[in-house]
Amino acid sequence: MAENKRIDAPTGTQTVGHEWDGIEELDTPMPRWWVLTFWACIIWALGYVVLFPAIPMLNNATQGVLNWSSRGQFEQELKAETLRRAPITNAIAAIPVEQLAGNEKLYQAAIEGGRAAFKVHCVQCHGSGAAGSKGYPNLNDDDWLWGGDLASIHYTLTNGVRQPDHEATRFSQMPAFAGMLANGEIDAVTSYVRSLSGLEKASAKSATGAAVFAANCASCHGVDGKGLREFGAPNLTDGIWLYGGDKASLTTTVNKARYGVMPRWDNRLDPVTIKMLAAYVHSLGGGEASPVPAATPAPDPAKVALNVQP
Amino acid sequence: MSSPEDLTAPEQALYQARKGVYPKAVDGFYRRLKWGIMAVTLAIYYVTPWIRWDRGAYAPDQAVLVDLANRRFYMFQIEIWPHEFYYVVGLLIMAGIGLFLLTSAVGRAWCGYSCPQTVWTDLFQHVERFIDGDRNAQIRLEKAPWGSEKIGKRLSKWSVWLFIAFWTGGAWIMYFADAPTLVRDFWSGNAAPVAYATVGILTATTFIFGGFMREQVCIYMCPWPRIQTAMMDEKSLLVTYKDWRGEKRGSLKAAQADPAAFGDCIDCNQCVAVCPTGIDIREGPQIGCITCALCIDACDNVMAQIGKPRGLIDYCTLDDAEVEKAGGTGKTALKTLLHPRTLIYFGIWAAIGLAMLFTLGQRTRLDLAVQPDRNPVYVRLSDGSIRNNYTLKIRNMETRPRIVDVYVEGLPGAVVWTPDGDRAFAKANINFAVAPDAVHKVRLFIAAPAKGEERTEFRISTRARTGDERGDSDTVVFERPENEEEEDGE
Repeated sequence: MAENKRIDAPTGTQTVGHEWDGIEELDTPMPRWWVLTFWACIIWALGYVVLFPAIPMLNNATQGVLNWSSRGQFEQELKAETLRRAPITNAIAAIPVEQLAGNEKLYQAAIEGGRAAFKVHCVQCHGSGAAGSKGYPNLNDDDWLWGGDLASIHYTLTNGVRQPDHEATRFSQMPAFAGMLANGEIDAVTSYVRSLSGLEKASAKSATGAAVFAANCASCHGVDGKGLREFGAPNLTDGIWLYGGDKASLTTTVNKARYGVMPRWDNRLDPVTIKMLAAYVHSLGGGEASPVPAATPAPDPAKVALNVQP
Repeated sequence: MSSPEDLTAPEQALYQARKGVYPKAVDGFYRRLKWGIMAVTLAIYYVTPWIRWDRGAYAPDQAVLVDLANRRFYMFQIEIWPHEFYYVVGLLIMAGIGLFLLTSAVGRAWCGYSCPQTVWTDLFQHVERFIDGDRNAQIRLEKAPWGSEKIGKRLSKWSVWLFIAFWTGGAWIMYFADAPTLVRDFWSGNAAPVAYATVGILTATTFIFGGFMREQVCIYMCPWPRIQTAMMDEKSLLVTYKDWRGEKRGSLKAAQADPAAFGDCIDCNQCVAVCPTGIDIREGPQIGCITCALCIDACDNVMAQIGKPRGLIDYCTLDDAEVEKAGGTGKTALKTLLHPRTLIYFGIWAAIGLAMLFTLGQRTRLDLAVQPDRNPVYVRLSDGSIRNNYTLKIRNMETRPRIVDVYVEGLPGAVVWTPDGDRAFAKANINFAVAPDAVHKVRLFIAAPAKGEERTEFRISTRARTGDERGDSDTVVFERPENEEEEDGE
């Protein structure tokens, strides 16, 4: 085909020699600057090959004289980021956890840090939305076994729940009542417990159960069934059931008891991360205010004004 | 087309050096039009960032400002937020259709008069003539060996070019920051690195494209001539050499000796000498012709000197060329401009513009966007009620602080509070102080009784206490557990 190259009369340009149904293509010469940019790119590439990792070898690639690597760059960026965050992390480390919510900037920073740490360490049990599941508490709600203020959450995180060989851990144990109570009594007491939150109507059976409750359960769950946080004893009068509030689940709970555990994090995470996790869990919607120390209540300005004689 | 004798042709070079173009100075109607358009376009480009426009204490006072850092676009009294980017899209579509409209009406007038490549090349060529002299002097200088005169002239020419190029790049960045502040920062070394990089790149491209690449940009780099080629038809205005009047061309002497044998073209080559892209218009329409019409001016001047009517080279459509060839007269200028295609383009262009102006007048300056939490979709609270969480973005698009009321409509028994607030004091509405020209992002807890539909659609509405009466609202869903009865088994 190439021998069919000819000069196209109107343009004075040579054709490429191909012809399709009378249509021919001009072989317009490229502008010289175009080929110069091509050479410039090649020179650039040579420099690149010398400076950066480029040529694949058997086990590795050439390193380049700059000794650059993506991993090295990542480490540098990580170091720079840690440095950039240092003032905030130091401040979080310094502030007592119960005062964290009072410092808006630190609190927000801690929540964001906690959000990230939660996704790594907590989602396995509590779920990625912290909504929990049967046996694993929902951290979004306003019901807390061991307390929902920042300090309490922080304590639970630090020391865990029912961790063996750890003095400070949150600990309590409900007895398994199978054998201690007759089947009829267990049936009655579950009916009574269900009636506390309106799941069942009060009946003769639940009235029997009330007596069983008073004798066996009230010491931990309270006379009114509202639970006791010191023992991690759940409130039985509310709408939230960690292990289910239906008859069958409750019967199992009373018969065999439950023994939920949570790891302690003080030997796995640094103190700042634990504080951040506490802030994050606290922010999910059920966080309680830190208890005000009982000391000197703030004077009412109106009363002060009344008492001041002009 | 093909003839047997030229089947084999000599090999030609793969690459071709640029042929120097040394356009001669010319005066005339189109040259003066080009001067005018150059003055106006350059003035718009250099002056616009310096126009001030009072927007009060909370917004910049620069009339035209693309504030990338704060994601705002200001154009006189119009302020555009990122979520209103469709206005910018609309402007770009208008610019595109505007080019179609221009091409349909007056051919490649954009290329010939107002394209920045043309305007700056024209400016650079004027500098070149001022320093090197006109066409012949330029050619002489190009061929001359490198001596002190040539070096001096080259250096001074390049310095002036570089100076213009630098100001071109410098003016560009003024659109992206407060101009007076940026100038101070720029010279004191405090401007952002991207400002220096932009000025550097634009200085280089202006210097190279305007000084050295010139018509190469139009012929090899720019896609627009190629697209335009597809848009041209026999009704498009072209710069046309009227060969039926000019041919057979011959020198003035020859033509005077035998007027019957020759046309009006005296082959003086003036049309080629003045052409900024270095083509010969007498070869017919071609990609290199940007229809700047300088050859029309040059030819008209010659025709006046030899006492012939003007317009041997003139704007003409292919249709009119046929008519004129047959001895008739072409359409009037107005008829040529206003053919149906032009009117349709104008209609579309104007419709988009009017629609944008209308929506600009109608838009509210308070905007609400609600994003429900998806994980968990609902939370059961101790008292048995259900809580859903939402993230609100309240955009206060006025340049003053405002108090914005947020209220829940269509969700019986609902109460609203924020992570800072307390459910004990929650009501069905809440308010926020929103900073001027800012987005207020807040998480909202909404609790409602558990009895109700699994998915209840309701509205979260906002209204500012001052100013614009109209607020904004968003319809969202309140989710409840699937079935109340089965909830026991959770």
